[in-house]
Amino acid sequence: MYQQAKYNEPLLNEIKGEEEKEISVDVPDKLKRKSLNIPNLEEWQVVRHYTRLSQMNYGVDINTYPLGSCTMKYNPKLNEEIAKWFSYLHPYQEESTVQGALQIMYELQEMLKKITDMDGFTLQPAAGAHGEFTGMLLVRAYHEYKGELEKRRNVLLPDSAHGTNPASAAMAGFNVIEIPSNEKGMVDLEALEAATDDTTAAFMITNPNTLGIFEEEILEIAKIMHKNGALLYYDGANLNAIMGITSPGIMGFDIVHLNLHKTFSTPHGGGGPGSGPVGVRGELVDFLPVPIVRHDGEKYYLDYNVKHTIGKVRSFYGNFGVMVKAWAYIKRLGGEGLKNATIRAVLNSNYLKERIKGYYELPHKDLRKHEFVVKPKNARALDVAKRLLDFGVHAPTIYFPLIVHEALMIEPTESENKETLDKFAEIMLQIAKEAEENPEILKEAPHNTAFKRVDEVLAARKPVLTWKDKR
Amino acid sequence: MNEFDDMLKYLRMNSWEELFSDIPKEVWKKGIDIEAMDEISVYRYAKELAAKNKDIFDMPNFLGAGIYTHYIPPAVLEIVGRSEFYTSYTPYQPEISQGMLQVQFEYQSVIAELTGMDVANSSMYDAHTSLGEAARMAYRINKRKEVLVPENLYWEKESVLKNYIAGLGMSVKKYPLNERGMVALDKLQELVNEDTAMVYVENPNFFGVIDEGVDEIKEMLGKAIYTVGVNPLSLAVLKPPADYGADIVIGEGQILGNPISFGGPLLGIFATRKQYVRKMPGRLIGETVDADGRRAFVMTLQTREQHIRRGKATSNICSNEALCAVFSVAFVAYYGANGLKELAKRNMDNARMLMEKLRSAGFNAPIFDAKHFNEFLVELPKNPHEISKELLKHGVHGGLPINAGCYRNVPNSMLLATTEMIREEDMDKLVSALKEVS
Repeated sequence: MYQQAKYNEPLLNEIKGEEEKEISVDVPDKLKRKSLNIPNLEEWQVVRHYTRLSQMNYGVDINTYPLGSCTMKYNPKLNEEIAKWFSYLHPYQEESTVQGALQIMYELQEMLKKITDMDGFTLQPAAGAHGEFTGMLLVRAYHEYKGELEKRRNVLLPDSAHGTNPASAAMAGFNVIEIPSNEKGMVDLEALEAATDDTTAAFMITNPNTLGIFEEEILEIAKIMHKNGALLYYDGANLNAIMGITSPGIMGFDIVHLNLHKTFSTPHGGGGPGSGPVGVRGELVDFLPVPIVRHDGEKYYLDYNVKHTIGKVRSFYGNFGVMVKAWAYIKRLGGEGLKNATIRAVLNSNYLKERIKGYYELPHKDLRKHEFVVKPKNARALDVAKRLLDFGVHAPTIYFPLIVHEALMIEPTESENKETLDKFAEIMLQIAKEAEENPEILKEAPHNTAFKRVDEVLAARKPVLTWKDKR
Repeated sequence: MNEFDDMLKYLRMNSWEELFSDIPKEVWKKGIDIEAMDEISVYRYAKELAAKNKDIFDMPNFLGAGIYTHYIPPAVLEIVGRSEFYTSYTPYQPEISQGMLQVQFEYQSVIAELTGMDVANSSMYDAHTSLGEAARMAYRINKRKEVLVPENLYWEKESVLKNYIAGLGMSVKKYPLNERGMVALDKLQELVNEDTAMVYVENPNFFGVIDEGVDEIKEMLGKAIYTVGVNPLSLAVLKPPADYGADIVIGEGQILGNPISFGGPLLGIFATRKQYVRKMPGRLIGETVDADGRRAFVMTLQTREQHIRRGKATSNICSNEALCAVFSVAFVAYYGANGLKELAKRNMDNARMLMEKLRSAGFNAPIFDAKHFNEFLVELPKNPHEISKELLKHGVHGGLPINAGCYRNVPNSMLLATTEMIREEDMDKLVSALKEVS
């Protein structure tokens, strides 16, 4: 049985250190700081504190992490090492002194074009949602250029969409209209057609969608959008399901964002940093943020001359350190390796689904891509998730997508082998059995983690958000 | 039979293609034309590319302009390198993620201490996007649409700001600086009116100037939000913005322990007053208890966020810069209050030493008569971009070239940053090279 490390670790400010000292600095008196409440510790105290905290944290390096739509695949150590070699470069250095860094960005842009079949890329967005927002700014700029922005106020998206999609569209100033899914878990084409007209700016869609179901009518969807002068946006969070098999370009998408921290193996860092490059095709390349890295045959350079550029969405060039890792991953695998990763991810997902579907309900159709959504028969998704932790595996994404009640969204990724999948399946079956025979054990779970079930309601009712707050 | 075929057989499939039978044949791709390399070849190739760059250890470098090269203690790298931290994701399951949750809570606390504010979120992407989010938050608070920014706001930051507020129909107007490079208070006063959503002030500002008027601004704002942009290291010695009335404090957290890494990942600081906490963007970690009554931490006030509120969320941010926050809190813990103060002082002393050396060599530095933190403008006699290129031949990389005309009252010049990584011999090298190429 699993047992996570368990410490009663104090907060940083509760660790006893040396007294604060006064220091004389040359700043105007009225702007001088009086004191600073941060402890003065020895290096070993700091290292022990954070090492203990790290031991109360679960990562991909420990075991399976099947968090749906997050693609928690293994993060190869080669990539971590290489990224370190580029740590001390300033983005405003003369181009002649950063040719290696620019080459990596250029090669990454070119490789992402090949993977997605798009015509141009910006690497500037710092995360997936930031890529979506950038995409929506491109939609804005495009329609504005065509003189249609005032009329095209609506962005459509399926009711199974990631929460970031409506949030990004709204941030860019669009109205959001949800399109219902049909009984197969796909976009209801009739509803989509009825909702699309000359007020439609774009349709945002993930394919396969968040149920792990491929939208088989994608070409028809593209036709409906383009017939109405609207753009088709691809949320690339789920690219791991189709890379090498098909591509957003072939499917008719105009704008796509990718998550380098998902499909391209860069670590998730406890919540970030990610990187969310955006690819476009056709005339949309003239609207991309600046700069774009180009090669003139001899040297690499930053091109700020993009005809209708939207300007900048972030400082400098984006999360370069993340780009280096993704670049190394793609170089290592090559096109064939990427395709094999996709095949294995989809095989793993379907295998796991098949192993547990008798014990958990599987709504909608059978064949899934990289992830699938089930619901427990006799328990809440929350309790199943907490119980899973007791076995030293991470829980799936829960209560998402919203269209499935008590959803458990499972994405094993290609990193797992049959043995770890079998183990995970057996744990899921045991929990299903416990839900019938001994439901209390689920409701009281987890038992083997550093902490017992955490009270989320209390945290929200009386927020204590820093150590300055007193409960 | 290998395990791949074994699993296919379990699915009653004869080939892997059947896994993709739902994808219409007309959209199948021929494959991706990228060659694979073995691990050693990738390693060697990356080494070759790294060797084409000249970093701060190959050549002294005086660039700053928003992000700065500071010394990163190996203890910090060791902590961030714990794979329990960096291979985890957003702590959706708090019981098994207490480590990261506590670190993020400590980060929020450290930022609250430095800025003096009540609450800080657990990160935005960078200072630029923090500014954009601050303007959007100001609109949520007062429903006003004009943002006042200093005339020396760097163009990239202005561009990001404009993109963030375009969807709300908000606009940007610039207020002037006075002859000392500080906010022209009387002029600002004239521009503030009932349309003003937010006034943004940087301290130290883009020219490195410590602004002595920042404590006289809040009182002229009425309902407008006062947002202050900071260098967090400077707050070890400068008065926290909360003490002079800031409603929102933003800044570039990279400065605290993160490598500059060619411009990213960075770390957007975002702090505010408690009364506005439900209007703020980004993830928040709160204290609570577990079933045994032990103090624990959890993501909280999530009804502001996109995964719950969708189109009505305060921001679309999901993945943030959590690991950069780990760098920062470990860096702050390593130095402690005393170490941070010493470090800030050393940065200021370095700036002063370089100014003196430049003045002795006949240069006008700093251009503005003010106290500076770790960056300042030096006037140059000709095109600063040409000078920057010529400096390379002398084995030194200058600061950010600024052409005459880019900013009012600023001639051809260079913005020089002086962190603790700059040695006296580096300064001498720069000054003598500047003399030669000018």
